[in-house]
Formats: sequence, structure tokens, C-alpha cells
Amino acid sequence: MQGKAWKFKDNIDTDLIIPARYLNTSDPAELAKHCMEDADPTWINKMQKGDFIVGGENFGCGSSREHAPIAIKAAGVPAVIAKSFARIFYRNAINIGLPILESPDAVDGISEGDEIEVELAKGNIINKTTGKSYKAQAFPEFMQKLIDAGGLIEYIKRKK
Amino acid sequence: MQQTISQKILAKHAGLKTVEPGQLINCKVDLVLGNDITSPPAIKEFAKIGVAKVFNKKKIYLVPDHFTPAKDIKSAEQVKMMREFAKKYGIVNFFEIGCMGVEHALLPEMGAIIPGDLIIGADSHTCTYGALGAFSTGVGSTDMAAAMAIGEVWFKVPEQLKFIFKGKLKKWVEAKDLILFTIGQIGVDGARYMSMEFTGSVIEKLSIEGRLTMANMAIEAGGKNGIFAPDQKTYEYLKTKVKLASWSVIRDLWAKFQSDPDATYKQTYDWDVSEIEPQVAFPHLPSNTKPVSKCKSVKIDQSVIGSCTNGRIEDLRIAAKILKGKKRNKNVRLIIIPATQAIYSQAMKEGLIDIFMKAEAAVSTPTCGPCLGGHMGILAEGERSIATTNRNFVGRMGHPKSEVYLSNVAVAAASAVAGYIVSPEDL
Repeated sequence: MQGKAWKFKDNIDTDLIIPARYLNTSDPAELAKHCMEDADPTWINKMQKGDFIVGGENFGCGSSREHAPIAIKAAGVPAVIAKSFARIFYRNAINIGLPILESPDAVDGISEGDEIEVELAKGNIINKTTGKSYKAQAFPEFMQKLIDAGGLIEYIKRKK
Repeated sequence: MQQTISQKILAKHAGLKTVEPGQLINCKVDLVLGNDITSPPAIKEFAKIGVAKVFNKKKIYLVPDHFTPAKDIKSAEQVKMMREFAKKYGIVNFFEIGCMGVEHALLPEMGAIIPGDLIIGADSHTCTYGALGAFSTGVGSTDMAAAMAIGEVWFKVPEQLKFIFKGKLKKWVEAKDLILFTIGQIGVDGARYMSMEFTGSVIEKLSIEGRLTMANMAIEAGGKNGIFAPDQKTYEYLKTKVKLASWSVIRDLWAKFQSDPDATYKQTYDWDVSEIEPQVAFPHLPSNTKPVSKCKSVKIDQSVIGSCTNGRIEDLRIAAKILKGKKRNKNVRLIIIPATQAIYSQAMKEGLIDIFMKAEAAVSTPTCGPCLGGHMGILAEGERSIATTNRNFVGRMGHPKSEVYLSNVAVAAASAVAGYIVSPEDL
């Protein structure tokens, strides 16, 4: 996966990712239209499918709404890179199959607009613009199994 | 090995003797909760699993409280989906308007929670139930779906934080101020992934309602759960509510779920809170706190008293104490939302509603409503609200350029009368 980086600050909360006023539906395409709206109302029109969201600390804090990772995934973002993720967002992203990569060094080494390549299986984040590469924190084995299965529901179906 | 109360509950539900931070475990759940925003996606995911029935018809609680009474057609469709799902699978605990309440006020009130329970809810404020000595945490809709099907959930055992509150609280300082103070000290990610255990002489004196307020906002510090060891107060509270479990069962739980004296904590915070004032969290993070005396000339357009944080009967009594014989400032809209039908009814019996009406408050049927910018008091561009709710993120109560200031009940009520943020002392 390869695309442009869009940088966001620390503590991007779920209300910024998808405001509650749009939560009277759980339709992914509908939610995607309003993705990151209260962080940057113009973002959804500027971004291209395949671009990455690069956050700071505590990305996805606040509500338990799974609509947040769903909106990001449906907007065409292939993965979110952040210094750290809030707990429920982290679970939700894994459960619905939105790849997340935790790497403070990568976030510090990426500027808005940089061209980024991510090798998901290896956890490699390559900044094509600067030529530097970074390694995301590896998932524990059990979580990697969930991810490989394509999320929690598929994992449970296979175990049944 | 010495264990904390959170570790003991997790170990019990994982069928293990002990658990250690970082360990990945599979736990049986005692209760699974969903609301009208999170249940519809969970119901869709549940269908994909392909099981014929839910794991337990009595242990699933579906509470449509966020956009109810349905604020628009789409919201009505979401609740309809829940209602039909409950009917189809014989789920006993579905709560229609007229008997519902804000979920985290409703469940403790009806005796659904006992010490030692392991609870997950597709709502981040599910951490509220830690007030009764349960391990309770928020998850997303897919986790809810899986738990409805198999009655299990995976956890990474969190590291443990301990918060000791000592001293004597000043007048008008409430449980809300203790938790806002805590978040102000450690930040919105100060307890990220961790358990927050609250203890100390101040906590021992705190009512269960106050503990519910504190545990409710553990998530605002990033916590996985907030927890209070069960004590005499827990026991007294449950005695009036829990019908199924015998008293001796509760006594046993009380004794069993206490942290061992030498349990390991990642960090212990030891605070004397005698000098703290009521706290106000300025936009746009709950950690952005200031003592109320430092709030100068913050004019407000609205005051909201209610929510899963502060919509209980003790809260309404405090509001009535301040509002009695007074009127809202003519520039302020005052909205008071009793969190459940039973609280509303009790407030009527005590004459509180009459005081609110005379103060020109709009008193609403239970709903989360304005807390998440749903309905019942949305802010226009540039408007400010003081609120007893739990989040003041950008756009939380309406327009992205509106502002929310979080406070305790007394400050929200006094500010409604003054027209700007003020301590009840200075009213």
C-alpha cells in the first residue's frame, strides 16, 4: 500500500473522526462522507483513496463507536499510523479489519504530504519522500491471528 | 501472588487462579450491554456469525437512550432494529421509552450489577459499574456481537493504578470534582489501557452515586476500567435493589473482591483533596481543568444538568438546593434531565421538579440527548454550555464552533442563575 500522509494532532477523539450527529446510521458509505469532519471539514474532499492518516498520541480516544474506524476504512484509508491508540479504538480497528500501526518514530519522521509505503505483514513504514524507514510495534500472536482471520467475526466463525 | 480487585475478577472469569498485566485472556461475561447507536452494527455482525440463539437471554441489556425518544426517522429505524432483534431472540432486558433510562443510571438502579461481575458494554461509559466493585469496560459493536453469540470476550490484562484520596472535602465539592481533578492531573491518556482503583478515606465516605460519577469518567483518562472495592455502602445500596442474590451471597462477594495489601501497582497517586475547589474543564478536553474561582467572565448560553455522569437523584437534590426560589438568567437556557424514570418520579415526589419548573428549567424525559449533541439542547455556532456531562470535545454538543465546559451539579446550577460560570459560594 502506498499513498500520501495526512497529519493530525494528539488526542484525535472519536467525535472528531465521526461526529455523533451522523450516528443515526451505521452505513459505511454514509459515515465515510463525514470522516474527520470536525478535525478538518475539507479533508474528505482533499484526500485520495489510498492516503494514510498519521496521528499523534492517543488516537481515537473517547467514545466506543465502531463507526469511527468504519468511517476511516470506508473513506479508503488503508491504514492509520499513530504514536499511540486509545484502547477501544485499538480493539475496534482490529475487530473490523482496519490496519493500525504504532510507531512514534515514524510519526515524528513523517510530514504532511510525504509519500508513504506500508508493508503490513512486516510492519514496515517507508517514507519515500525522506528515504527513511521505520518498524511498527509488532502485535501479540493472538491479535495477529485475529488480524490474519480478517477480524473478530471471521475468527470466531473459524473456531466454531 | 498478590492481586488487585480487577485482577481477581478477570482471573475468576478466565478460569485462572491469578493473572498478570499484559497477559491475554478469554473471559466469560456476566452482562452485555448495547445502546441505540452501537447495537445496530452489533446486530448486523451477530447475523454474520450464524448462531441460532444468543448465549443467554437474560444477560443481554439493550437500552435505546442516545437518540430517544426517536429524534428523527433514521434514529427510529435504529431503535426498531433493536426492538425486533430483542423480540426475535427473546431478550428480556429491552427497555422501551417510559421504562428506560440513561443506561448507566438504569442498570445499577435496577440491581443488574453486583460486586465481582465482569461486564462489557458497547458504550465507552460502561466503566461506570466499577462503582459497585465490578470489572466493567467499554467495547465496540463487533465485540458486543461476539459476546452476544458466545458469552466471551478477550482481554489484555491491564496494568493497575491506585488513587488514594485523603482529607475533608470543601463545601460544594462533589465526586465529579474528584474525577475532574484526577483527569486534570494525569491527562486524557494518563491511564490509557490501565485499571484505575479509587480508595482512601474520602472514597470510604463517598456515596454509591458519587462513586458511579467517578467510575463513569475513568474512560476520560483513557482507563480500561475504574473500580471501587465493595464495602458497607455497596452492601446497603444493593440490599434495596438486588432481589435474586441472597444477602449472604453479596457478603461473600464483598469479602472476596478486595485488593490484596501487597498487590502490585504501576503507580500510586496519594492526594490530600482538602483544598481543592469545584473543578471546571474548559474546551476541548476533560483534562483542561481549572478551579472554579479561576473562571473569570465565562458567559454561558446554556446549562445542562443530567447524563450518565450526573443525572441521579442526589444530583437533582443539589440542583434544587441551588435553584430553589431562583430563576435562570434570562440569557441562559436551563435543561435538566433526570437519568431514569424512577429518578424522575422520585424528584417529583420530593418537589424538585416543581422547583426546576419555577426556575424556568426545561425538564426532559430520560435521554442522553445533548451530552453527545444528539437532540434536546443542541448548541449553535459560537454558543457555550456548562454541563454536568462527561466530554467537552470539539462539536460535542452541537456546532463544531460551540463550546462545552464540564462541571459538577452545583456549579452548573449556580451558573444558570448567574449567566456566567460561577461558584455557588459567589451566587
